[in-house]
Amino acid sequence: MRFLFKTDYNQDIRLFKHGGQVFWYGLLAIALLTLPLCLPEGLRDYMLGQLVFVFIYSIAGFALMLLIGFTGQISLGHAAFMAVGAYTEALMQAKGVPFVLSITLAALFSGIAGVIVGLPALRLKGIYLGIATLSFGYISEEITARWESVTGGNSGKHLKAIDLFGYRIDDDIKLYYLTLALLVLVALAIINLMRSPTGRAFVAIRDSEISAQSMGIHLAKYKTMSFALSAAITGIAGALYAHKLTFITPEQFTLLASIELATLVFIGGLGSFHGAVLGAVFIIALPQAITVAKDYLPASIAGQTGLQPTIFGLILMGFLLFEPMGLYGRWLKVRVYLELFPFYRKGMFRRQKAYMKSDRLK
Amino acid sequence: MSFFTCDHLSIQFGGVKAVTDVSFAVEPGEVFTIIGPNGAGKTTIFNLISLIYPPTNGRIVFEGREITGSSPHQVANLGIARTFQNIELFEHATVLQNLLIGRHNHRRTNLLQEMLFTPAVRRAEIAHREAVEKVIDFLDLQRHRESMVAGLPYGVRKVVELARALCTGPKLLLLDEPSSGLNPEETDDMAFWIEDIKKDLGLTVLMVEHDMGLVSRVSDRVLAMNQGEMLAMGTPAEVQADARVIEAYLGKAQ
Repeated sequence: MRFLFKTDYNQDIRLFKHGGQVFWYGLLAIALLTLPLCLPEGLRDYMLGQLVFVFIYSIAGFALMLLIGFTGQISLGHAAFMAVGAYTEALMQAKGVPFVLSITLAALFSGIAGVIVGLPALRLKGIYLGIATLSFGYISEEITARWESVTGGNSGKHLKAIDLFGYRIDDDIKLYYLTLALLVLVALAIINLMRSPTGRAFVAIRDSEISAQSMGIHLAKYKTMSFALSAAITGIAGALYAHKLTFITPEQFTLLASIELATLVFIGGLGSFHGAVLGAVFIIALPQAITVAKDYLPASIAGQTGLQPTIFGLILMGFLLFEPMGLYGRWLKVRVYLELFPFYRKGMFRRQKAYMKSDRLK
Repeated sequence: MSFFTCDHLSIQFGGVKAVTDVSFAVEPGEVFTIIGPNGAGKTTIFNLISLIYPPTNGRIVFEGREITGSSPHQVANLGIARTFQNIELFEHATVLQNLLIGRHNHRRTNLLQEMLFTPAVRRAEIAHREAVEKVIDFLDLQRHRESMVAGLPYGVRKVVELARALCTGPKLLLLDEPSSGLNPEETDDMAFWIEDIKKDLGLTVLMVEHDMGLVSRVSDRVLAMNQGEMLAMGTPAEVQADARVIEAYLGKAQ
């Protein structure tokens, strides 16, 4: 158990609260930076390819965590913002726009789409907002499929390798470093935001709109801001996703992709930064694990077509029932158990009683 | 010109007249209490002052400026802070974070600065923290600084809510039933704090309260209401002796 002796307000503000964190995150950074050099030749392309997907999903996970986990506004149509980002990137690249500018535009256009979707969020709450965003996702899926002059319809769009100031990112090692760098930037931006007034305003809106308002927080402004930011960052993830796949069709941005993103946040753990990354690892690793497991299952089960969605659904239900705090919550419990060993008590994380809230005033 | 005035305030919800023609003026530095039986319209007046409802009639003037017609989030910037009858804290945040949210109206940094966490943001954060620590010291909340609100007992939550209102740096503090749900000792502490807020911080307090012991101890003036209408106004003793007030609470003598 570690006890911190605090003598300075900066200690509560800084990113790493103590030496242990510096050590472990430093170790993680070194591991991630040297990984492409350590992997054996045969495994390298496959592993790096998967990790690129993990990084891209983590970026989207951070974006969605900001919206669902911190602002408390559910979105079940986030794949649409990925689509906006991906298609903007494809179109801009085809027009010869340099990468730095095109990915900025991808973020910008997704952000604008986010503002438009955010408008109903000013009036809708909970499940109603979920349905509104769900329909948005559905509409945008149809639009990408039908607007053939721009999106190429179902025949899709090809992308060339990224040209970063004349340096071509043409294999998975280079893409690995690029997505990792962008993930770190996005993570830092969101963590910084959450330790500033804007981030606290988001949390305030999540927990009690009525008192957020009486603290001087402009609800409409901050909700729209959260939607726009989340959409813009998802747009960045979408642009990177398009480059990873090199070929995009509307089928990659369906309703199921949106739900997969929402699942990521729930399984990772609502309201935690780690949850965004853990959820992404989970979402990418699970299909691989199922493929491996198929070899050991009886043919009658392994041959079933809907095996993956079924297992996905079962796991999500399991998390909601038994571990609402997600993977990060589970990790937290394991850590506290080890830190306190042998004094851990069973009820330590039991949720406390919530006192009655005022009748909703509007 | 008074510090804070409600002028012929009325509000109707459909056919229900929740508040009818209520006028009162609060002087700077006094504790003004609104009492009345359930459904008298006390909390509705608070919600009118917080601009959560627009009044059907009448106006609210604060420091010579009419506030009716502004948006609810602007009230905090004017220097009016409030607490809620049933506690509206940010449950999944620590006490410290709750109090820092109370500093929101003092925010001077923009989104881009915050995403980069520039030195200006860091300085502002430390300034916010210092302001919050003063309130923590004032209300003896040091022990609970790092606790999650969701794990705190009811009595402490009441104090945290009071602290959060103080963090906004108000000139007028609206307290909606500060003693509801508190035991006698906690109510006693609350009375001390309200007195301190008045004497040490020099704030003006407008309060809705049921506990007559607390009311007569801290209030300078009392307004009694029943069914949305004003019954009596004066010192606590005068109001308690008023025949119409007794009738509203206990019924008519046969």
